[in-house]
Amino acid sequence: MAFGFWQSTLGKKIVMGVTGLIMIGYLCAHLLGNMKIFFGPGEFNAYGHWLRVMGAPVLHHEWGLWIARIVLLAAVILHAVSAYQLSRRDIKARPQKYVHTKPRMSYATRTMRWGGVILGLFIVWHILDLTTGTTHSGGFQEGHPYQNVVDTFSTWYGNVIYIVAMLAMGMHVRHGFWSAAQTLGAGNHTRDRALKAIANALAIVLTAGFISIPVGVMTGVVS
Amino acid sequence: MTSYSEYTEYTVGEPIQDEQAPSGPVNERWDTRRFEAKLVNPANRRKHTIIVVGTGLAGGAAGATLAEQGYHVVQFCYQDSPRRAHSIAAQGGINAAKNYRNDGDSIHRLFYDTVKGGDFRARESNVHRLAQISVEIIDQCVAQGVPFAREYGGLLDTRSFGGVQVSRTFYARGQTGQQLLLGAYQALSRQIAAGNVEMHARTEMLDLIVVDGRARGIVARDLVTGRISTYFADAVVLASGGYGNVFYLSTNAMNSNATAIWRAHRRGAYFANPCFTQIHPTCIPRSGDHQSKLTLMSESLRNDGRIWVPKAKGDTRPPAEIPEDERDYYLERIYPSFGNLVPRDIASRAAKNVCDEGRGVGPGGQGVYLDFADAIARMGRKAVEEKYGNLFDMYERITAENPYEVPMRIYPAIHYTMGGLWVDYDLQTTVPGLFAIGEANFSDHGANRLGASALMQGLADGYFVLPSTINDYLARNPHKDEVDASHPAAVEAVRETEDRLTRLLAVDGDRTPDSFHREIGELVWEFCGMARTDEGLRKALDRLPQIREEFWRRIKVPGTGEEFNQSLEKANRIVDYLELAELMCLDALHRAESCGGHFREESQTPDGEAARRDEEFSYAAAWEFTDTGAAPVLHKEQLTFDYVHPTQRSYA
Amino acid sequence: MKLTLRVWRQKNPDTPGAMATYELDGVSQDMSFLEMLDVLNEELIVKGEEPVAFDHDCREGICGACSLVINGDAHGPERTTTCQLHMRSFRDGDTIDIEPWRASAFPVIKDLVVDRSAFDRVIQAGGFITAPTGSAPEAHATPVPKADADYAFEHAECIGCGACVAACPNGAAMLFTSAKVNHLNVLPQGSPERETRVLDMVAQMDAEGFGGCTLAGECATACPKGIPLFSITAMNKEWLRASRKVKR
Repeated sequence: MAFGFWQSTLGKKIVMGVTGLIMIGYLCAHLLGNMKIFFGPGEFNAYGHWLRVMGAPVLHHEWGLWIARIVLLAAVILHAVSAYQLSRRDIKARPQKYVHTKPRMSYATRTMRWGGVILGLFIVWHILDLTTGTTHSGGFQEGHPYQNVVDTFSTWYGNVIYIVAMLAMGMHVRHGFWSAAQTLGAGNHTRDRALKAIANALAIVLTAGFISIPVGVMTGVVS
Repeated sequence: MTSYSEYTEYTVGEPIQDEQAPSGPVNERWDTRRFEAKLVNPANRRKHTIIVVGTGLAGGAAGATLAEQGYHVVQFCYQDSPRRAHSIAAQGGINAAKNYRNDGDSIHRLFYDTVKGGDFRARESNVHRLAQISVEIIDQCVAQGVPFAREYGGLLDTRSFGGVQVSRTFYARGQTGQQLLLGAYQALSRQIAAGNVEMHARTEMLDLIVVDGRARGIVARDLVTGRISTYFADAVVLASGGYGNVFYLSTNAMNSNATAIWRAHRRGAYFANPCFTQIHPTCIPRSGDHQSKLTLMSESLRNDGRIWVPKAKGDTRPPAEIPEDERDYYLERIYPSFGNLVPRDIASRAAKNVCDEGRGVGPGGQGVYLDFADAIARMGRKAVEEKYGNLFDMYERITAENPYEVPMRIYPAIHYTMGGLWVDYDLQTTVPGLFAIGEANFSDHGANRLGASALMQGLADGYFVLPSTINDYLARNPHKDEVDASHPAAVEAVRETEDRLTRLLAVDGDRTPDSFHREIGELVWEFCGMARTDEGLRKALDRLPQIREEFWRRIKVPGTGEEFNQSLEKANRIVDYLELAELMCLDALHRAESCGGHFREESQTPDGEAARRDEEFSYAAAWEFTDTGAAPVLHKEQLTFDYVHPTQRSYA
Repeated sequence: MKLTLRVWRQKNPDTPGAMATYELDGVSQDMSFLEMLDVLNEELIVKGEEPVAFDHDCREGICGACSLVINGDAHGPERTTTCQLHMRSFRDGDTIDIEPWRASAFPVIKDLVVDRSAFDRVIQAGGFITAPTGSAPEAHATPVPKADADYAFEHAECIGCGACVAACPNGAAMLFTSAKVNHLNVLPQGSPERETRVLDMVAQMDAEGFGGCTLAGECATACPKGIPLFSITAMNKEWLRASRKVKR
C-alpha cells in the first residue's frame, strides 16, 4: 500500500502537498519570530534563546528545536525528492518540444521547478550563514542572532540573495498553496476564490514580512 | 463486357422470404423465436470466434455482449479508437415505449408509428420486436451510467420528436449519440481488458472470405503499416454503418464508407432497397466548392423558426431589406395545417423546389431562410436562447452569422440510409454466417426513418437481437474444419484485394480521389437525391460507367501500399461507391412509385404529394450481384401488413 | 487569403521529421481549418507529392479524431476542435505552424497523426460500469438527483481528443482520466466500483508514461468541451479516499 502510494504520481503529489503545507506553517511561525527583530536586540536574542529551551522542563535543552529541525528536514527531503522524480517524469513525457512555443505554457511549471531549486540553494546558504555561521560575513557570534542578522544584511550580496530568494518563495507559495489544496482535493468552484485569496495573502505577507528585515537593516531601522 | 447502357436492365429472380420470423401474433413472435433458437453450451462458447466489423452503437454493443456471453470476439474499426464511430454524432435522442409520461404510449403505438413512418415498406415482425426491445435499452444504458437528462425528482426526462404525438424520446442534451456510444464503448473496453475481445483499431475490412457457401472470415488492411491480413471466425457480423457518403456531401463522417457491405454484396449478400435514403431538411448549407461535409442542425428548430424565401427570383437583397409582403413562407402556404412542421421528406423537397425555381438564398442559391425574428418577438430573446442556444452557437461558429439578428440559412442534406444488406428476422444475410446489424442492414425503417429511431435500432440489434439469434446459427452449424490463410478462398480474396490496391497505385493519372468522389456525389445528388425521375436516373446510369472508366484511367494515388496512406484508403472506397451508386440509381429507377425518402416525380398525387403504389411495389427489393457493370438480379420480398394497414400520408 | 503553412512532416515513427513550408493561395474565410488542409493536399497530389496526413472524421466537433497544434495551441486559437475552427480566425498573409500532439505516450505515426491508444487502455483499466447486457434493473428503480446527473454529464462530454495532453507542459492525462472518473463515480450505478476505478485508471495513466500534474491549467484552457480544472481536484479527492479505504 505505502509503496503503491509512493509509486503513483498522485501519491507523490500528495506527499509534496502535505510537506509543502508543513513548510508554509513553519514559514509563518518563523516570520512571527523574526518580527521581534524590530523590537531590539534584547527581545530578539531572548527569542533565540527561548527556541533552545522551548518545551522545558518536559524537553531537554534544544530537544524541541531538534524535533522541529528533523521534521523540517524530512519535509524538505520528501518535497525535493518527489519534485525531482516528478519533474524527470514530466520532462520524459514530452521528449520533443513544440517548434512554436508559447511563453505562458510553462509559467507555473517554471515557477515551481526553478523557484524550488533557488529555494533549496537558499536554505543551504541560510543555514551556513545564520545557523552554523560557516559562511558568515562578519565575525559570527553564537547566541547573538541580532548582530549576526545585521552583519549579513550589511553586505550587498547578502541582501541580493535574500531578497531574490524571498521573491521566489512568494511565487512558490502562491502556486504551491493553491496547488496543494487541489492535490488534497479541497478545491471546487465555490471555494476557489477563497483559496486563491488565501494563497495570495500568504505569498504577500510572507514575502513582504521577510523582506522587511533586510530593508530594515539597510534603512537603519535595525542596526 | 456488357455495354454501359444495358445497365438499366435487370432480371427478376426467385422471390425471397424471411424464413425465421415465427407465425402467430406479432407480439409473441420474438419470445417464440428466442425459445425456438438453439443455444450454445456456455462451455463451448469460448471455442467460437465471431468477427465484428465496426464499433458504433450496433457493433460496440454486439461485441461487448457477445464477449460477455463467452464468445471470442475479434473486432475491427477504421478509426484510431472504437470510441469514435459516427454514432457519436447523433444529437436528438432515442425512442422507447416506456410510457413514463402516461400519455398513452405503448409498445404497440411505437410499432404503429414506426411502420407508418416507414411508409409501409418495413417488415411488421422486425418493427414490433424493435418496439418491444426499446424498453430494455433504456434500462441497460442507465445501468451503464449513461447520463440521460433528468428531472428535479431524479427521474428520466423525455421529449417529443417529429412524426409522433407522445413524449417518448430520451436524451442527453444534444449529445445522446455520444453518450450512448460511450456506454457501449466502455462495455466493450471492459471486455477488451478481460481478454474476451481482440480489438483491431485503424484496421479496415476490404473483403469477405466465403468458404463452402458460409462466411468464415475477412481480409483487412492495417491502415498504419499497410499490411493485408486475413482473420477467420465461425461467423462474421457487419456493423459498418450506412452508405450516405456515396453522395460525397452528407452528414456522415468523412471516412464512413460502404466497402464492408459492398464487398459482402459482391460475395453473395443481397443488397435491399438501396434507393431508400433519408434527407434531413435542416442542415447548414455549403459555403463553397471547398465544402467537405455538411453539419446537421436539430430538427427541433422548426418548432419555432419560420421558413421562407423571397417571392422574386434572384433576389439578392439582405433578408432584413426584404419586406414582409415580398417573402414567401412556402411551407405555411402549401401545408396550412402542419406548416413548418411537415415531415422531413416533404420539407426537404419543398426547399429543393423553391431553390430550383431560382429563389434560393445564400452562396449558389442553395439555401432557404429559417427565421427566428417572430419567435424572438413572441418569446423574448432569452427564452429562445435557453431553448436553442447551443444550436445557435454552433451555427454562428460555422457561418460567422448571428442567428439572433440574421435568419439562419438551411438546406437539406443526406443523413441516413434506410437501405442496406438484406437480412432475415435473425439479422442474417443471404450468406450463411454473415450477419448485418444497425444501419448496415435494411430491416426496420422501411422507406423512411423516424427521428430518434436510429439509435434505438442500433442498440436493439447489438445488445439484444443478434446475441440471441447468432447462437442458433452457431449451434446448428458447428464448424467442421479450421480455415486458415492457405485456403483457396482466402488466397483468392487476398489476391483480389492486393490486385485492386496495386492497380490503384499503378494508374498514376492526373485526378485526385476527392475529385472523383465529388463528381459521383454531385451526380447522384442531382439525379438520385431529393426527387428522382425516369429520365434523370437513366442519365445517371449512363454517366456512372463513364466515370468508372475515367477513374481507372486518371486516378492518382501517391505513395505506396505498405504505409499509412490516406489517399489509397479514399480511392479504394470510391471504387465501391461507383458500383453502389449504380445499384442505387437502378433501384430508384425500377421503383416507379414514391414512398418515404424515395420521391419519383412521375408518381405524385394531384396536389403534388408522394403517391405510393402498393399493388405493384409493396415489397423489399433485394438485389443479387452478378458482375461489375452487369445486370443484377432482383429478388422481391413481398410485404404483408396484418396489423397496420397502409394508408396514404397527408399533411396538408 | 494567401497563407504560409509550416507543417510537421514525418514519414513514419522511425524516421525523424521536420517542418516543411508550403505557400497556399485562394483560401476562403469560410473554410474550416481542415478544408484548408484538403485544398493543400489536393494541390500536393496533383504535383505528385505526398499529401499531409492528419486524423479527422466527423468534422462536427464530436468524434475527437482531429488533433492539430496550431501556432502552439492545441486545436488552434479558438476554444473548439480543429475541425470547427474556421479560416476567418486567421488573416491574409499569416504564417501558420501546424504540429502534431507532442507526448511520449502519443507517438507520431505519420506527419500530424499520432497514436492515442493509451487513452483506450486507461478506459479499459476501469472507465466503465460492470453491467452485463440483460442484467439491468428498471431504469427508474434508482433515481439520480438532477445535480448529480448534470455533474456526470458535464464530465461525460469528454471526446477523448487528447488536447489536454498536448497542451499540458508535462504531457499529463489528468483531465482526460478525471473526466471519466468523475462521470462514473458520482452516479449511484458507478459507486460499487468507485475505489478500484480511480486507483486502476490512475495506475494505468502512470504506466502509459503520461507526465504528472503541476496544475498549470493549460489542459482545461485547451479542452474543446470545457471540462473544468476542478475535475482534477475531484479525482485527487477520490484517489486519496480510495487509497485510504482499499488495502492492496
